[in-house]
Amino acid sequence: MSNPTLNDDGDQFDVRRLLTDERSRGIVLQLAVLLAVALVIAFITANTLANLQRAGLASGFGFLTDTAFFDINQKLIDYTSQSTFGRALVVGFLNTILVSAMGIVTATLIGFTAGVLRLSRNWIISRAVTAYVEFTRNVPVLLQIIFWWATLTALPKVRDSLSIGDAAYLNNRGMRLPAPILEAGMEWVFAAVFLGIVAAIILSRWARKRQEQTGQTFPSGWAGLGLIIGLPLIVYYILGQPLEWDVPVRKRFNFDGGFNVTPELIALWLALSTYTGAFISEIVRSGILSVSRGQTEAAFALGLRPNQTMRLVIIPQALRVIIPPLTSQYLNLTKNSSLAIAIGYQDLVSIGGTILNQSGQALEVVGIWMAVYLSLSLLTSAYMNWYNKRIALVER
Amino acid sequence: MSATEDHATASSETPAIEIEGLNKWYGAFHVLRDIDLDVAERERIVICGPSGSGKSTLIRCINRLEEHQEGRIVVDGTRLTNDLKNIDAVRREVGMVFQSFNLFPHLTVLENCTLAPIWVRKTPKAEAEAIAMEYLERVKIPEQATKFPGQLSGGQQQRVAIARSLCMKPKIMLFDEPTSALDPEMIKEVLDVMVDLADTGMTMLVVTHEMGFASQVADRVIFMDEGQIVEQNNPDEFFNNPQSERTKLFLSQILSH
Amino acid sequence: MYEPFHRTSDDMLAERPAPATTVGVIGWLRTNLFAGWLNTALTLVTLYILWLAIPSFIEWAFLDAQIVGDDRFACTGHGACWAWLDQRMGQFLYGFYPSDQTWRINIAFVLLFPALAPWMMENVPGDRYLRWFSVAYPVIAAILIAGGLGLEPVTTDKLGGFSLNLVVGLAGIVLSLPIGVVLALGRQSRLPLIRWFSIIFIEAVRGVPLITLLFVSNIILPIFLPPDMALDSVIRVIVMVTAFASAYMAEVIRGGLQAIPKGQYEAAQAMGLNYWKSMRLIILPQALKISIPGIVNTFIGLFKDTTLVIVIGLFDILGIANAMVSNPDWLGLSTETYVVVALFFFAVCFSMSRYSIRLERRLDTDKR
Repeated sequence: MSNPTLNDDGDQFDVRRLLTDERSRGIVLQLAVLLAVALVIAFITANTLANLQRAGLASGFGFLTDTAFFDINQKLIDYTSQSTFGRALVVGFLNTILVSAMGIVTATLIGFTAGVLRLSRNWIISRAVTAYVEFTRNVPVLLQIIFWWATLTALPKVRDSLSIGDAAYLNNRGMRLPAPILEAGMEWVFAAVFLGIVAAIILSRWARKRQEQTGQTFPSGWAGLGLIIGLPLIVYYILGQPLEWDVPVRKRFNFDGGFNVTPELIALWLALSTYTGAFISEIVRSGILSVSRGQTEAAFALGLRPNQTMRLVIIPQALRVIIPPLTSQYLNLTKNSSLAIAIGYQDLVSIGGTILNQSGQALEVVGIWMAVYLSLSLLTSAYMNWYNKRIALVER
Repeated sequence: MSATEDHATASSETPAIEIEGLNKWYGAFHVLRDIDLDVAERERIVICGPSGSGKSTLIRCINRLEEHQEGRIVVDGTRLTNDLKNIDAVRREVGMVFQSFNLFPHLTVLENCTLAPIWVRKTPKAEAEAIAMEYLERVKIPEQATKFPGQLSGGQQQRVAIARSLCMKPKIMLFDEPTSALDPEMIKEVLDVMVDLADTGMTMLVVTHEMGFASQVADRVIFMDEGQIVEQNNPDEFFNNPQSERTKLFLSQILSH
Repeated sequence: MYEPFHRTSDDMLAERPAPATTVGVIGWLRTNLFAGWLNTALTLVTLYILWLAIPSFIEWAFLDAQIVGDDRFACTGHGACWAWLDQRMGQFLYGFYPSDQTWRINIAFVLLFPALAPWMMENVPGDRYLRWFSVAYPVIAAILIAGGLGLEPVTTDKLGGFSLNLVVGLAGIVLSLPIGVVLALGRQSRLPLIRWFSIIFIEAVRGVPLITLLFVSNIILPIFLPPDMALDSVIRVIVMVTAFASAYMAEVIRGGLQAIPKGQYEAAQAMGLNYWKSMRLIILPQALKISIPGIVNTFIGLFKDTTLVIVIGLFDILGIANAMVSNPDWLGLSTETYVVVALFFFAVCFSMSRYSIRLERRLDTDKR
């Protein structure tokens, strides 16, 4: 509490006032904290320099150009054991992104479905989904990852693979799928997909204008989907089906052809999807519940049908509540993908760990990890802030 | 000024609403008991009664926000069943104003009013907006058209809600305690709008405690208790000469202060 | 036109029972299971799936299962093999703790309940004394587990199994709440330096996976410290897990602080309370009450995260399970093993979330 007027020393500097005057107390406190932090940093730096010198390690990121001398079994870009540490890290990063992106897509599908089903009036369905959600949420994700991996690697050996329609095979080394071989002309099919998307957008714009002017509705959603799928299909058949499949063929000890999806990737993807999906289902459910019943009643009273009510009234309001925690869950999924190291999926953390062991450059590797994940985090936060500002309901 | 001398007598053709032998249960609770009610076109009815008497439930059955288990409800010639086509047809012609306004917070006032005409009656946007502005002027807040509901006072929101319902050009308007959630100084502006609406000849069923409004505008006052109609009469007789002891008790409680 | 009408009290209609198809068991079935074609179909499909899955699961887990035996070759049937439970449960629970000393861990566990009781329940007899006891409990438990005061010292690397999860989890939970409160207050502080340090700490810790922080504790911390200052590995883990949970806790409590109407802060100031008193007496109690779901969620997350210690080489219950599954004696029993481990965690985490719901409900009724 400041008592400036009670002290009739007036302008005389009083040391005691340093602690009692609110403003100067704040400054003193901050200076103290700054001093403490500076001391700790100095202590750490001194020790670090001494320890590094003792171990004969150079600091700095020069080691990234050294040869890696280890192989990576899943690589989305070219990489051999002669490539650099730097390139190895990039491969690891891409693997992280791959499994995270796959996981986000399926987790969203699972989560939204489960969330909606849990609200169903059907007692059995809602209880069954609740059981799934409660069990998955209360068991550590690492355990789930290891469980799926153990189950997948307990599948029959390659020689006794389970076949799915003689085109795909499941065994303890993963899943063998037919690889697409793009022949000449396939690029036109891809162009047609792009054209289809553009056409769908134009169509929906035209349909909206038409509705504004004449009031008639047009199913631009279904039509757009038809364009995106139909146009490429037509081009595909006109050009004589320029797509071949390299179907895996059973040989004595292995398969010829096709490509392999490792059990590590499948296990990680399954575990992350079901685990995060359970959390997303809770977010979706509470988002839908957050829209008051009165909104639905008012819409019905105006004559809107249930699907129109969902689309025009409920979902826009529910999404406002759903999207921020949903983006958090996406970020959590990406961070949880780092548990890949426990089952040998070579993501950023796993490869970083190998590099750390081989080169001893612990600080730099850990620094790279932090930088990558922090950037993803901050990007997500920035997006969420932008989104929240943009769609905030305008109030008094 | 009594309503019955002032405007043309209610039409004696097919009733706007026919309710016969209506019974509804919430689970095991018998909330509506043997209701018989015919509402003529252009008739204005005020329904009053203690809370829990079933009055809100009754009018919510008329636009199928509640389902009934026994009895017959015919609205504007259409029988209310589980058939979705019938329900849609009824809801198009019946407007409802809620106690908690229930405006769509993510849409502007204008968009709130044009949503249903555009998507249900397939009205072109310009025409829907013209209709909306016309009704917003009728409820005396055309200048708020581009605002969002969160920026309006309670009284303004309720007036927008009334305009929103009117934009569908309904034949019947239901009001479920329209002023109960309003601060006292805003009740009058909403009641004024409702009086104007009554003067245009709209068929209205109003659940309310505002007895001044009832005596000014209503053709008939219905008193409900324990899920049944206990008394109905014109406002004059109802307020000055109530017949049932329950009505007398209720009136003494309502009108005492 | 209508007829004026009135009923006297004697004419009032009595209640009638609802139609038989709408109430009771039949009514419940119709609305909840068979409302319409789609629902009926879904119900039947789900019932069919359950009918296929449940009996075969019961067969596998109980009827055909093997309960005794020395190794997996004793389990010859199609059922689950539970023979390892007898032999290995000690390890699952206590890790490598000397088996003649495990009674100490048991006592520490039992004493946990009276230590927690005054904080979690109402009207506990001897409330005041129990609160003092719970303050002393960490010291008592530490002595029981690590030794001293006449008890044989046991190094912490021998601690493993579910006891390790419990020790790390409980320590993290108890420490992360006050630290989280301090961080949350720091983030709201008007002093820019304090605010920025808090923000940086919270965002940096929340933005990275816990596994990288555990690597930091294992590999980086020894670089930051002089060689003779080595921290016990379990202590290091507790520090990191606490730091991680505190950052999340800080955000949860910040949400609670923001939910408190400004009027509360102003009223506290108007009463002449200084910053700390107003926080302690007025603001924090309310903020914590609002944040209970988030706080318990953070606790549950923290407890689940204790499994990550296997990545830095500590043997919690999951680590023991992994080791057992690769042991030639019990090779290939992954399903049974992981199911048991899952049940341990499910029991603790599910109880915590149920408790949080009950707590919320109880505190809610206070308000009405």
